[in-house]
Amino acid sequence: MSFEGNLQRLEEIVERLDRADLPLDEALALFEQGVEALRTASAELSRAEAEVKRLVEQSDGTFGLDDLGG
Amino acid sequence: MTRRRPPGASPPPELALDLFAAPTQHASQRAPQAAAVPAPALASPALERPSPGRSEVPGSSAASAVAISTLTATARDVLEGAFMPLWVRGEVSDFKAHRNGHWYFCLRDRTAQIRCVVWSRDQRGIPAAPDDGMQVTALGQVTVYTARGDLQLVLRAMEAEGDGLWRKALERARRALEADGLLAPERKRPIPRFPRRVAVVTSPSGAALHDIVSVARRRWPSVELVVVPARVQGEGAPEEICAALDRVARWRAADVVIVGRGGGGREDLWAFNDERVARAVANCPIPTISAVGHEVDMTLCDLVADLRAATPSAAAEAAVPSRVEIERRLLRLGGHMRACLRDRVENAAHARMRLARTLSRSATAFVERRGARARELAARLHALSPLATLARGYAVARGEDGRPLSSAGLFAPGEDFSLLLRDGLVQATARDVHLESAPETGA
Repeated sequence: MSFEGNLQRLEEIVERLDRADLPLDEALALFEQGVEALRTASAELSRAEAEVKRLVEQSDGTFGLDDLGG
Repeated sequence: MTRRRPPGASPPPELALDLFAAPTQHASQRAPQAAAVPAPALASPALERPSPGRSEVPGSSAASAVAISTLTATARDVLEGAFMPLWVRGEVSDFKAHRNGHWYFCLRDRTAQIRCVVWSRDQRGIPAAPDDGMQVTALGQVTVYTARGDLQLVLRAMEAEGDGLWRKALERARRALEADGLLAPERKRPIPRFPRRVAVVTSPSGAALHDIVSVARRRWPSVELVVVPARVQGEGAPEEICAALDRVARWRAADVVIVGRGGGGREDLWAFNDERVARAVANCPIPTISAVGHEVDMTLCDLVADLRAATPSAAAEAAVPSRVEIERRLLRLGGHMRACLRDRVENAAHARMRLARTLSRSATAFVERRGARARELAARLHALSPLATLARGYAVARGEDGRPLSSAGLFAPGEDFSLLLRDGLVQATARDVHLESAPETGA
């Protein structure tokens, strides 16, 4: 799932948890999913800094990425 | 007298006249064509040799009369040699764009005018053709149109008062884009909130790229920035920007593309007012952020992009979310989620307690209900019991072994028995037994 999808899922979970009429077992299941989404999102946040690349078009029309530095 | 002057210095008029007057004896010789070489042919040593047998100055007598074409050509050479290219100011009149692509018009002020031409190859640097009545300044070379003997200015740069030409060109391109619906607000696509890969169409050595990289990395270090190099100013810049956008479009691997450059003069930013560039931005299949110059600079590229950022730094901010903000949001969401769950658990505990109370209340009620029923049953039981009969004054006779003696035949004279009455037992002895019918057996 994309970062955005994950974040959206998390928002939904919190919103549903907010509803008081939710049975406890469902609330628990949602909570577990929420913790998982939170973990995935946090992992994405701590990904390493990416290099700046330069787009290079090959003679056969395909594309490659060169290091630009910086 | 110096005939070669550094380029750019315009000759004082008296010097031009002096030049014109001085070398008449060689007037028939052609000067080199290039306007950049101002010295008339007369300066060339080879041509200063008197022609053998021709000591007379051409045109000095009827016998040595010169041809008109020689005259106008000489006038042209002398003028081109005398005048460096120079800026002039005047009002445009009688403008005509010829079929051959050249522009013809007059420049004039209140008391004078001069014919002007702009060759089609020189029009590229001029944003738009001038209109009659426009006040312009123009850079050109004074010359003579030899076929007519007309004084003429060959212009190759032009600016109109109040940026008239730029505004005219811009307005023309804007109208064309508008006519094709490319400025419609509903065309604007949302910029993805969390792009993994951001393409940047700009000069690899420009300040804009530096700003974009530093801002984007500070906000979201893991974002992948891919530079798609293009010259952003000068000759060929529009073509290179279009080609870079085309590459981004075919590559298809970017989530968003920033196209732009840092601040500069109006001419420096002009590539982003090029209609072709604007169309390439509008037709880009990937959401576009335009970032050209500073806040005050608004270009066609800005108008057609999905988002206009005031500066390259602002473009990076718009393209890339802030990690700090997202971290805060995740913390908030996590905290909220846990709080929700705690509430849910507490609610459940309360619910259990409520349930227990309800249950115990129901049990009591049940027991109470059952109790009432028991009493009712007991009453009915009571009604059926012999005790009730006894209560009405009857007695039950029972043998010594406790068996009820319900028939006279069960009595034997002299035998003890007991009488059960409402309020007690009476021990008795049978004295006489009289059977009124056949004795019954057993009970």
